[in-house]
Amino acid sequence: MKKKAFRAALPCTLPVLMGYIFLGIAFGVLLAGKGFSPLWALLMSVFIYAGSMQFVAIGVMTAPFAPLTAFFMTLMVNARHLFYGLSMLEPFRKMGKLKPYMIFSLTDETYSLLCGVKAPEDVDQKWFLFFISVLDQFYWIAGSCIGAVAGNLIPFDSTGIDFAMTALFLVIFVEQWETMSARISALFSPDMALHAKVLLSVRAHLPALLGIIITLICLLFFGSDHFLLFSMAGILAALLLFQKQCMPEQMPRREAETSDQFTKEEILS
Amino acid sequence: MTPQTALQLCITIAIIAFATILTRALPFLLFPVGKETPAVVRYLGAVLPFAVIAMLVVYCFKNVSLFSGSHGLPELIASVFVIAVHKWRHNLLLSIAGGTVLYMILVQIIF
Repeated sequence: MKKKAFRAALPCTLPVLMGYIFLGIAFGVLLAGKGFSPLWALLMSVFIYAGSMQFVAIGVMTAPFAPLTAFFMTLMVNARHLFYGLSMLEPFRKMGKLKPYMIFSLTDETYSLLCGVKAPEDVDQKWFLFFISVLDQFYWIAGSCIGAVAGNLIPFDSTGIDFAMTALFLVIFVEQWETMSARISALFSPDMALHAKVLLSVRAHLPALLGIIITLICLLFFGSDHFLLFSMAGILAALLLFQKQCMPEQMPRREAETSDQFTKEEILS
Repeated sequence: MTPQTALQLCITIAIIAFATILTRALPFLLFPVGKETPAVVRYLGAVLPFAVIAMLVVYCFKNVSLFSGSHGLPELIASVFVIAVHKWRHNLLLSIAGGTVLYMILVQIIF
């Protein structure tokens, strides 16, 4: 039964396989470039297992020891995971003893796969979801170790490889933007005036727009070392303040699906 | 190289790992099975991912200087490439790997 679940899960994870191997290699090479042995890459990918945070962690690990900064930095960078968890409360109810691992391994990519995939009828749902999560972490560990070993063995100019993180966030941003556009255009009626459509679109994209604008303002005012904390606070306050504007009344409220950046069909296409 | 000792590094990693688990597990601890999630939390759950990803996009460009060096041109070109290619093909690997390789070529060879 587990074998069948594994066979069904494997093809679903192929998009993440490619993304994670590449991002993992980029992370490993970057870490090796700072003088760390591959063992550190393994340690981080097994225990931290948070793609974007591990890139940020390289910065924390090459600066003087600052445990508090490390803690709050992680909370901020990973705060979005809080909201992945919220939409997985229901799906994880039936996971039993596998639940702790499912929660531990809930990365951006795994979350989006879990949102998008459906287990075939005759496959055990629980093990199917579990294998997706395990395979994803395996790819990430493999990628980061390959990168770290290669980075230590073959000296090559890796300047600019950290753009992989930027690209990852840009891609997620585009996916989210399109999800919102699709959902809002479903509300358009043919006789709707243009300005009404524009207004609805702006409201649908308001959370993303607020995120950009507030972060830019904080960056200008507080500088690149301290702006994140202020941005987070500002974004929270603004989202609460503009609660009515952010959620057009007619919009279908499907919390569980709001941030499914990569549904299976989208990635496989 | 790092100014931290091996032990300090292990502590740093342990803290980051703990904080990461905390962010992932907190919803399950706060809202156990059968408990109704407050509306404001559900609202934030719905909108915050959009705002935070937008924030992280800006975060990635925090060290770009518009008035010196290459004036942010490599970042701009590579970002436009990523967005355009992703809108066109919706292929995660193509967008990320392509954008990164392009950026590396830009900063290493051209600028």
